[in-house]
Parts: sequence; C-alpha cells; structure tokens
Amino acid sequence: MKNLNKTTQKLITTIAVIAVLYAIMQTMQSTGNLSSLMSGLLVPVCAYSLVAVGLNLCVGYLGELSLGHAGFMCVGAFTSAFFSKAFQESIPDVPRFILALVIGTCAAALFGFLIAIPVLRLSGDYLAIVTLAFGEIIKNVINVLYIGKDSSGLHFSMKDMMSLGMEPGGKILVNGPQGITGTPRQSTFTIAVILLILALVVAHNFVNSRTGRAVKAIRDNQIAAETVGLPITKYKLIAFTISAAIAGVGGVIYAHNINSLTATTNNFGYNMSIMILVYVVLGGIGNFSGSVIAAVVLTMLPEMLRGLSNYRMLIYSIVLIVLMLFNWAPGILKFREEHGITSKGILDRFKKHKEVQ
Amino acid sequence: MKKRLLSLGLCAAMTASLFVGCGSNGSNGGGDNVETSGELTWRLGGIGPTTGGAAQYGQGVMNAIQIAVDEINEAGGINGYQISFNFQDDEADAQKSVNAYNTLKDWGMQILEGTVTSGACAAVSAETYNDRIFQITPSASSTSVTEGHDNTFQICFSDPNQGTVSADYIAENGLGTKIGIIYDSSDPYSSGVYQNFATEAANVGLEIVATEAFTADNKTDFSTQLQKCKDAKADLLFLPFYYTEGSIVLTQANQMGYAPTMFGVDGFDGLLGVENFDVKLAEGVYLLTPFAADAEDEATQNFVSKYEEQFGGTPNQFAADAYDGVYIIKEALEAANLTPEASNEEICDALISAIQEVNYNGLTGEGMTWNELGEVSKSPKAVIIQDGGYVSVQ
Repeated sequence: MKNLNKTTQKLITTIAVIAVLYAIMQTMQSTGNLSSLMSGLLVPVCAYSLVAVGLNLCVGYLGELSLGHAGFMCVGAFTSAFFSKAFQESIPDVPRFILALVIGTCAAALFGFLIAIPVLRLSGDYLAIVTLAFGEIIKNVINVLYIGKDSSGLHFSMKDMMSLGMEPGGKILVNGPQGITGTPRQSTFTIAVILLILALVVAHNFVNSRTGRAVKAIRDNQIAAETVGLPITKYKLIAFTISAAIAGVGGVIYAHNINSLTATTNNFGYNMSIMILVYVVLGGIGNFSGSVIAAVVLTMLPEMLRGLSNYRMLIYSIVLIVLMLFNWAPGILKFREEHGITSKGILDRFKKHKEVQ
Repeated sequence: MKKRLLSLGLCAAMTASLFVGCGSNGSNGGGDNVETSGELTWRLGGIGPTTGGAAQYGQGVMNAIQIAVDEINEAGGINGYQISFNFQDDEADAQKSVNAYNTLKDWGMQILEGTVTSGACAAVSAETYNDRIFQITPSASSTSVTEGHDNTFQICFSDPNQGTVSADYIAENGLGTKIGIIYDSSDPYSSGVYQNFATEAANVGLEIVATEAFTADNKTDFSTQLQKCKDAKADLLFLPFYYTEGSIVLTQANQMGYAPTMFGVDGFDGLLGVENFDVKLAEGVYLLTPFAADAEDEATQNFVSKYEEQFGGTPNQFAADAYDGVYIIKEALEAANLTPEASNEEICDALISAIQEVNYNGLTGEGMTWNELGEVSKSPKAVIIQDGGYVSVQ
C-alpha cells in the first residue's frame, strides 16, 4: 500500500469505509436492529451519492457548472423503468435488470453527449444555462408522453391516452404526469453499493488517466492546453458524457426502488439539480468521497429531523447554511486553522492521543 | 498501517452508532399528536403534504383526522381502546412519502389513513401491500392507487368515475354542445379526469372543440387557453382542476367577456372560500362535490364549527373525507371486533373483509359501501352555485 500514490490510497480508504458501513448495515438489517426508515433510505442514499459523484466529475475536473444533472438522472430513471415495465413478462428478472441498467446509463450518456456537442465548444457559463433548460425540458416532455402496448406493438402519443388508439386490452406503460406505475422493485442495497463503488473507481481512474490529465489541464488553462495541441472539445465531451452516464446509473437505481415514478419539480426538476450541486459543493469540489458523505448526510438529515414536525425544513436550511459557512467562509477557516479544527489537525491530535496511550 | 485500520474501524463504528440511535423501538415518532403514556392504543398513521405547494390539502386532512380522533377518544375510543394519531409530511413527493411511511412504521402504526395525493399514494400503497398494513386514502383518486392492492380503499370517488359522470351529466341535460377543456397536464388527478371525460364524451356524442393544457409551472395566466376556447366557440368549459386555479380562470374569462357554462369537478369545492375572489363570478358554475360546508345537517355543522374553532378557515371536501375516514375505520374495527393486540396482518385481513360489509352514513355521502377493488359506491352529484351557495340540481 505504501508504494501506491496518495489519491489511490484515498480511494481504497473510501471504498473500505463504504464496505465496512455496508457490512454493518447488512448485519443490523438481518438482525432486525435497523429501523424501517433507515432501511428504506439505504437505496435512495446510494442513488443520490451516485449522481453527486457524476456531477463532481463535471464540476470538479471539467470545471464546468451543470445545473441539469437531475435531468440526466430523470432520463436514466424513465428509460430503464420503461424498459423493465415493457419487458416485465418476457425477460427474466436478472438479465432484465442488467439490460435496464445498461439502457438507462446509455440513454443518459447519449443525452449528455448530444447536449455537450454544441455547448462545450463555447467558453463561459453556457453549459449551466443549457443544462438548466435541458432538465426542465426533459421533465415537461415526460409529463406529456404517453406510451401504451398492445398485441400490435407499442403506441406513442404526445397528446393524451385516447390518441394512442390502443386495443381495449392494451397496457399503458407511461401515462403522462402519472408516470410509470408498477416498476419491478429490483434495486437492492447490495446492487446500489456495488454500483457506487464501481462509479468511484471509474471516476478515480478516469481522473488519473491520460485523458483525465488532459481534462484537468484544460480546466486549469485552456489556452495553454490548446497550445500543446490537445483536442479540447473531444476531452471535454468524454468527461461530460461519463458524468452524465454516472448520473443515469443513479436514476436507474432510484427508479427501481419506487413503485410510482413521476417527474415533478421536487424529484427531477431544478430543485433536485441544485440539491445535487449542494452535495458536491458541501462535500468539496473535486473530492468524490466528500460528495458521497454530503449526499448521505443531507438525504438523512430531513428524515432524522422528523421529530421537529413542521420546523424541520427550517432547521434543515439553517444547518445547511452553518455547514457551508463552517466549510468555506474565510474567517471561519482562519479560526479553524488557528485552533486546529481542521480535518488534518483533528487527525493529528487523534494520532498523538493514540501514541500516548 | 495498523493505525490507519484502527481509525477506519473507529470511524465506521461511530457512524454506525449514529444509525443505532434511531433504532426500531418505536419511540422516536415525531408529531405524536395524542399523549399515550405507555397504554395500549390504536395507532393510526396519516401521511400528506403539510409543506410545499399542496400543503393546504394535507393540512386540511391532518386537522380533520385530529378532530375525529379527539371526538372518538372523548366518547371512549374504539372497542374500548383510545386512538393515537401521528401525521407525517411527504411534500407530495413519492420518495418522501415512502420515507414518511417508514417513519410511521417505526412508530408502530397499525392503520394508515393516507396519503393525500395520488402519485405519492401509489408508491405508498405498494409498500403497505407488501407489509400488510390496512390503508384508506381520503383523497387520492387515481386508479393506480387501488389497482392490484387489496388492502387499499378510497373514500373519494375515483378519476374514471368523475370524468364519466360529468360527461354523462352534460349530455343528458344538454348543458352544452361544443365543449372546451382546460386541464393541468402535469397533474395526475387533472389529466386522469380529463382522459376519462374525453373517452366518455366520444361515447355520448359530445363535441370537444378545444383541448388546452397548462402545467404546474405556469398556472397563473390562462388567457391564451381561454382565448383559444373562445375562438373555437366553446359554449361549455370543462375544468378538471383545483379551485385556486379555478378562481383565476373565472376571473380572466370574465375580463375577456367570455361567459360559457363552467363545469368543474370535485377540485372546485372550496371555490367560494378563495381570498380576493369575487364570488359573484362563481354564480352558475357547476361542480361535483359530495360535501357542502354550509349543509344544514347536524353532523356537518358540528364538524365545520369545530374545524373553524380549532384551526380557522372552512374545511373543504378533502377534510370531510378524512373525517369520515376515521369513523369508517372505527365502524369496520367494531364490526370485526378487534383489539390493538392483534398483529398488523390480522387487522389488515379483518378490515379488508369488514369494510366491504360497512354501510356508512357520513358527511360526504349516505349509505357508502366499498367493493373489493377498494372503490367507494357513492356517486358524484352535480351542484350549481347560486346566490353564494351550493344548490343540488338533481
């Protein structure tokens, strides 16, 4: 382990922590010590962590702001749920879920790719504007999308259920704003954790690969990178597509954990995109394990605060502001530096304490 | 290396202790609205949006259940046991609703009255179906809520029911020949009613000349939709959405000098209580409602006066449905002769058969019965607004 570089060591530590937590959760669940609320939250937490990792790749390493990652999550969720629902009878569970996962990821990647082609050729904050619009468009398109299936095949409509022209026995798969109901519930905590670890490994290896170094060079100084002859657009496209694909995986996990999938402002609109950005900023831009921690804490927090009933959202926002200030405000950073309340300082003290013992 | 492993282990242990802190002994439930100091009680859970855009509906349901629970507890409870009631917020979001449901399960919920909105309800009813917990929803009208779930029952009429009855009623009474429709395409309830209306309209020979949609993101200006309906010479507007938007449509139609017959469904109940709305504009509006807050009967007056006294404002039909729901559960539990010692599964199975025998007279209908699909028998009745009040037209 000593001869590995620092970032790899950090990755291994992160994965080890996730694995240990996973083992603890599994034991607690099997012995019945885990509350229903917690066991219900395990999968969504992983889904949001995945999207946060995806966005961190875009914000931290590509250096572009995306306000539409909930949109990519939405694409992943709906395409995979649609596939699972459409082939519920004809393909056995396991291969169908794997295919759904692949389809959801590819669909999200494809949309990411298509959006990035024109936008990433520009410099400036255009990606933020376009992705913000993309997220809203996707949400509204899904709300007017009707897909049905009968003996003669699939029927599509953007108007309403009647214009599908289905036979009486036909099954509605996507019912406009009512979304997809009855998606088979196949996301388990195990699958979610495996995918999360996989995403962390992919993101880490990508960042430290030849392509990743090029991406970082572009982020730090685009003109210099251009001068050495790096194909800017190509590298940006690759990074953004991977980022969207990881968000799509999060969407697949999310969709297969809930019976009724609808596209609303709360779960796939700009509210969610901003929320994911908050995970990334709070966890530390460019820090993947930080994103995971922030996603876990911020998803759990409002549920933990249920005891405060209607004050919980108020408390939640105050906690959020305090955390942000604690992490980023220069005055507080200086104070923390002086009094040793940094992660390094605490770790050092912890180590010294151990040695004394 | 050892040190690193040690600190890793300690970190994990610390995080785990965080989770154990909220263990499953059922004492962490927040918003516990009835003091229960340890005695055996019925544990009734409720879920609905008390924050966010749909908060007014969730609040109404929460308050109404509270009134009913207090009344029953005062009168000696159900089969001699008091009711504890716990209501959780879901912001009308499916995932949050499942979280709220899990919180209630940790609290020890035996019966669920909820959830308020259709999308969230479909997600939760899949959960209650797996866990065998009896569920009755006051206001989630979509068929996806009850489909395939034998443990879920509705107190409100379902979407198909409303759309079909409206179309039949308009055709039979010749209220209009050219129909214009405005609906909320982002709302399951609104689009559900619209689709069923349009299907039935084709069957009974109504001509739909304009179909205009709006979404939750732009529901403050309806002049475009109204103008299109006017241009298509619609003489009746079918408006399957809630009264807040309804009041805007009526006001803007009036400003344009467009006066077709307006036909709302049960979401229009509450129209007369909208602030800063000229109720004169609501004259002649048809709507479907099982409940009128100014009805003369004693039960309604008792409920409305209690609601106004405790929470302020006039209760709408969601609240009335929720109030009825508690009494329906009471009647079914008494018929099944259960005690809270029974397991959730026993309660669920007993209630599923008991509720189909119940014949209930409440605020929202006479002689309500339930079929095995979970639908209520009461049929929507059309009323017309005259002189600032509801007048039955049948």
